[in-house]
Amino acid sequence: MVPPDDMDATDPLSDLLVAVGTTRDMEAFQTLFRHFAPRIKSYMARGATSALQPDEIMQETMVAVWNKAALYDPTKGSASTWIFTIARNQRIDAYRRATRPEFDPNDPAFVPSSEPAADDRMQTQQTSKSLRRAIETLSTEQSEVLRLCYFEDNSQSTIAERLNIPLGTVKSRLRLAFAKLRLALEASGDAP
Amino acid sequence: MTIRHHIEDDLLVSYASGALSEGWSIAVATHLALCPHCRARLETAEAVGGQLLDAITPEQVDALAWDQLRTRIASGATAPEVAPRPAAIASDIPRPLRDYIGGGIDAIKWRNLGKGASQMRLRTGDPTTQVRLLRIPAGKPVPEHTHRGRELTLVLSGSFHDEEGSFGPGDIEDADGSVLHQPIASPEADCICLAVTDAPLKFSSWIVRALQPVLGI
Ligand SMILES: [Zn+2]
Repeated sequence: MVPPDDMDATDPLSDLLVAVGTTRDMEAFQTLFRHFAPRIKSYMARGATSALQPDEIMQETMVAVWNKAALYDPTKGSASTWIFTIARNQRIDAYRRATRPEFDPNDPAFVPSSEPAADDRMQTQQTSKSLRRAIETLSTEQSEVLRLCYFEDNSQSTIAERLNIPLGTVKSRLRLAFAKLRLALEASGDAP
Repeated sequence: MTIRHHIEDDLLVSYASGALSEGWSIAVATHLALCPHCRARLETAEAVGGQLLDAITPEQVDALAWDQLRTRIASGATAPEVAPRPAAIASDIPRPLRDYIGGGIDAIKWRNLGKGASQMRLRTGDPTTQVRLLRIPAGKPVPEHTHRGRELTLVLSGSFHDEEGSFGPGDIEDADGSVLHQPIASPEADCICLAVTDAPLKFSSWIVRALQPVLGI
């Protein structure tokens, strides 16, 4: 199934993030900074306007990455995914000053999965690759809606107004995009 | 707990991207605490966010940004986080909803709505939604109503059924303004649920509508 070159490849970004988390490796952190800081800044610049500059929120995000790095588990997801969730939470904080309600896996009322966790870095990396390829195969309309939904800090009805299409169309493009992405993941053996 | 009614894709993406406001997010996050299936879907939605972040057109950062960051870290002004949050006390309502109530089902401060139904409004920082708990007596209906907007209903205990199907603990019903429905609690037990709306409910019976300001529903 998996070509040998894919089997050997480990995700260098994940390795760097693990090094930061376990040994506070400053050189690894600088390499992560070079890769992610310009992307996080770009992500912040696309959100709602704020008194805070994208550079400042980027800096806050990188501080949070440094502080939380020990919590990163490479078997659960890629470094990009983990850093995306940190950046997203920083943006909610900075732009809306709002709290984000979240579930707590340590809560006794939390219902754990009956299936054992995969705990497999190869699988995690395979998932990232399949996703990347699948995103590239989305139609222009689907990919536009997907990007707007993730990057702009706006409701889907605002996005509908901006694109001058009905809200139902935004939702159905999203649904179709996700159906396609899930199908690609199922084909690669990782299927929620 | 067998959950049959899950979170729609558009809500899940809004939650994953961070665009969903606090009120709706309470219902989504509480369903996620109860539903491993939707948590796996959330992981996929967040992985999409990771891939999109990786593929974004980078913007040049200030030349001094790295030095500033390094100085800040070296000065010890940052505190590494290691320990996960301590386990909370056992409860019949999961977080994050429990934090809004201030406890489990016993801690709910019910206010009578008439006909045996009661509610408790939950305080949030989100002015665009109304968040409350509802208790419908066993075998009794909620007054028939349509919505001006969306209504998310998450069952916490007991069950109800309406034109859309049957909803038990953990199930989430997602109704938009076009649905005219009459939920009826099943006869075995009172049904307790979380209801999030983006506008006050609009009851179709004129008498209930007339009483709406009085009852505060
Ligand atoms: Zn679910």
